[in-house]
Amino acid sequence: MQHIISILVENKFGVLSRVSGLFSGRGFNIENISVGTTLDPSVSQMTVITQGDDRIIEQIIKQLNKLIDVIKVVDLSEKDYIVRETALIKIHTSRSEDRSEALRITEIFRARVVDSTPTTYTIEITGDENKIEAIINLLRPLGIKEIVRTGKIAIAREEMKAAAIQEGKRIRA
Amino acid sequence: MMKMIGAEILIESLKKEGVDTLFGIPGGVVLQIFDALYNEKGLRFILTRHEQGAAHAADGYARATGRPGVALVTSGPGATNTVTGIANAHMDSIPLVVITGQVATRMIGNDAFQEADIVGITRPCTKYNFLVKDVNDLAMTIKEAFYIARTGRPGPVLIDIPKDVSGARTDFAYPEKVSLRSYNPTYYGNKWQIKQAAQAIARAKRPVIYAGGGVILSNASGELKELAEFNRIPVTLTLMGLGGFPGTHPLFLGMLGMHGTYTANMTVHHSDLVIAIGSRFDDRVTGKVTEFAPKAGFIHIDIDPTNIRKNIHVDIPIVGYVWNVLFELNKDLKASQEDRDQWIRERGPWYEQIKEWEKEHPLAYKKNSKGIKPQYVIEKLYELTGGDAIVATDVGQHQMWVAQYFKFDKPRTILSSGGLGTMGFGFPAAIGAQVACPDKLVFNVAGDGSFQMNVQELATAVINHLPVKVAVINNGYLGMVRQWQELFFNRHYSGSVLDGTPDYVKLAEAYGAVGMRAKSPSEVEGVIKEAIRVKRPVVMDFVVDPEENVFPMVPAGGANSEMVFGEVSKEEKEKVGGKKKEKKGSVLPA
Repeated sequence: MQHIISILVENKFGVLSRVSGLFSGRGFNIENISVGTTLDPSVSQMTVITQGDDRIIEQIIKQLNKLIDVIKVVDLSEKDYIVRETALIKIHTSRSEDRSEALRITEIFRARVVDSTPTTYTIEITGDENKIEAIINLLRPLGIKEIVRTGKIAIAREEMKAAAIQEGKRIRA
Repeated sequence: MMKMIGAEILIESLKKEGVDTLFGIPGGVVLQIFDALYNEKGLRFILTRHEQGAAHAADGYARATGRPGVALVTSGPGATNTVTGIANAHMDSIPLVVITGQVATRMIGNDAFQEADIVGITRPCTKYNFLVKDVNDLAMTIKEAFYIARTGRPGPVLIDIPKDVSGARTDFAYPEKVSLRSYNPTYYGNKWQIKQAAQAIARAKRPVIYAGGGVILSNASGELKELAEFNRIPVTLTLMGLGGFPGTHPLFLGMLGMHGTYTANMTVHHSDLVIAIGSRFDDRVTGKVTEFAPKAGFIHIDIDPTNIRKNIHVDIPIVGYVWNVLFELNKDLKASQEDRDQWIRERGPWYEQIKEWEKEHPLAYKKNSKGIKPQYVIEKLYELTGGDAIVATDVGQHQMWVAQYFKFDKPRTILSSGGLGTMGFGFPAAIGAQVACPDKLVFNVAGDGSFQMNVQELATAVINHLPVKVAVINNGYLGMVRQWQELFFNRHYSGSVLDGTPDYVKLAEAYGAVGMRAKSPSEVEGVIKEAIRVKRPVVMDFVVDPEENVFPMVPAGGANSEMVFGEVSKEEKEKVGGKKKEKKGSVLPA
């Protein structure tokens, strides 16, 4: 089963290598890894997506916790969470009908054109994996020149008090 | 506050940490540090002849004392030569601080002379490592390094110090306290879990204790003895655990696993409760893991949560420092003192059964009046020292014979490379132990293959007046490899013949040590007695039966309940060596 693991680490050089080295050294697989800063400049946030049965995931979490630079490990898959990824897609748009088709698709997906030349558009899209795969599939007939993806980041949904849930206050995108 | 250069800060900080000895070799980028060491009265520097020797000596020092061993080497090859020693300490959870020189910070990454990315290289085989880029961080880094090395599950820590950092000047005050928000080992076991464990022990009809190196590392042998004696539970130990429970105790079953005793393996196999203490279910212990103690429930006490449920399902896990957990567990069990006699009565058949196994296959070898049997040498060593010695071993057949035939009664008396299985470990480790314990009798039982891997340290022993006694079990082969080739590979002694070995007596004398040889059983006793008598380093060359094997044994991948005592069946052969046709004729071209 796929697990999304969120890791808070000390923001020091070599920490990414310690985490990725742990996965490669022990034969765990990484499908996706992304790193960024947090509100506290001394702490970084990593999101790792990995596969494995319960025993392997338990080992991965324990081994991560054992690393001296790791502050906190959370398996988001045990909770309700939001996962997002951004892609930048450069497409060929030499013909005018291609340009209007590209704009239509962009609009449907609530994406944006962030750069344009007489022969290309660059489209920015944010969403979960399905959404990104879907827009890529629709844009493919126009001719995709290049794709760059950020990798996934994830965050736990804030837990709500029971009363608030009953009032139906949760809004989901 | 005092102004000091980095090199002086390092020396002062080491002294503050209680370090009294450094093992190592100097080089270009650590000249400042060695200059600060010059005329330094508070620190003894032991010059080894190879950096691997320095790392193993520091390791031996740590195993014998429980205090972190410290090695100091130069950059590049000096640093990379310590890697085996570091990996060895890492596998066996030995506290080590290795200080390496590094090229100047502005040169790092430029492929400078004698540059190696030692922090990158040792990342997977240290508990933690540091590159110090600013002299102002040096004192705190050293404080953290020792703290990490000796706390939690101990292990090696490396500090890489660039040349310009050891030369830079700053204010020095050694930090009093250290705390790391991301490193908080669990020391106290969960009380509820400990209660569960006590109840399981009370209920068990066929319990057995399986203890390992964690008992030694947490100085818990007294607590272990109390647990075993009060509840009358038989004890088996791993190689790393030997000495953690008295080898001469009536409840002791011997070592378990691949070359463990029949009694230990059968007891574990048939038990209904395995109490694993500071041990990690290594593959050399469990054999075929699905058939390891198939009818048992498991209690597992370990400070490292990753060890729990790594190889085996555990019913009652307890994460904590072994000493603390056993202390609490003993308290809980003592509370039901009246019931205890009842449990013990109910276990009557279990104790009887264990006695049967002991009678069925005791440890034994065929005695021979002509050649020396290696087991006989170990038995004589034990007899003539009365067991009152530190024995460092190398890796292979002789190591297993020591584990089987030398009865270790006290912790920190056997120093052996358990996890990594490093040939060449024993001699430098014995040197480190002798430095730490100058009044103890220190032996290195070595194979002729292992001894040659760090034989250069004879110079270190001689020049520092370290009267280490090396007993070379000389069979002219890489014996354990040869044994497997004999048993599973149709006696194809491929690459395992040690032709060209030197004359060990002359070799010892060339270094200024004492050399002695025994070729027949009648000479063994005299040689050992003389070696103990002379207060100098000694090499004893025991020319033994070259084709003696270590038995009993569990063939690789087999279940511990299927031990082999001499002959190996065809099926066992094929399981390990694979099915193949007998190679015919000479391998040499016609």
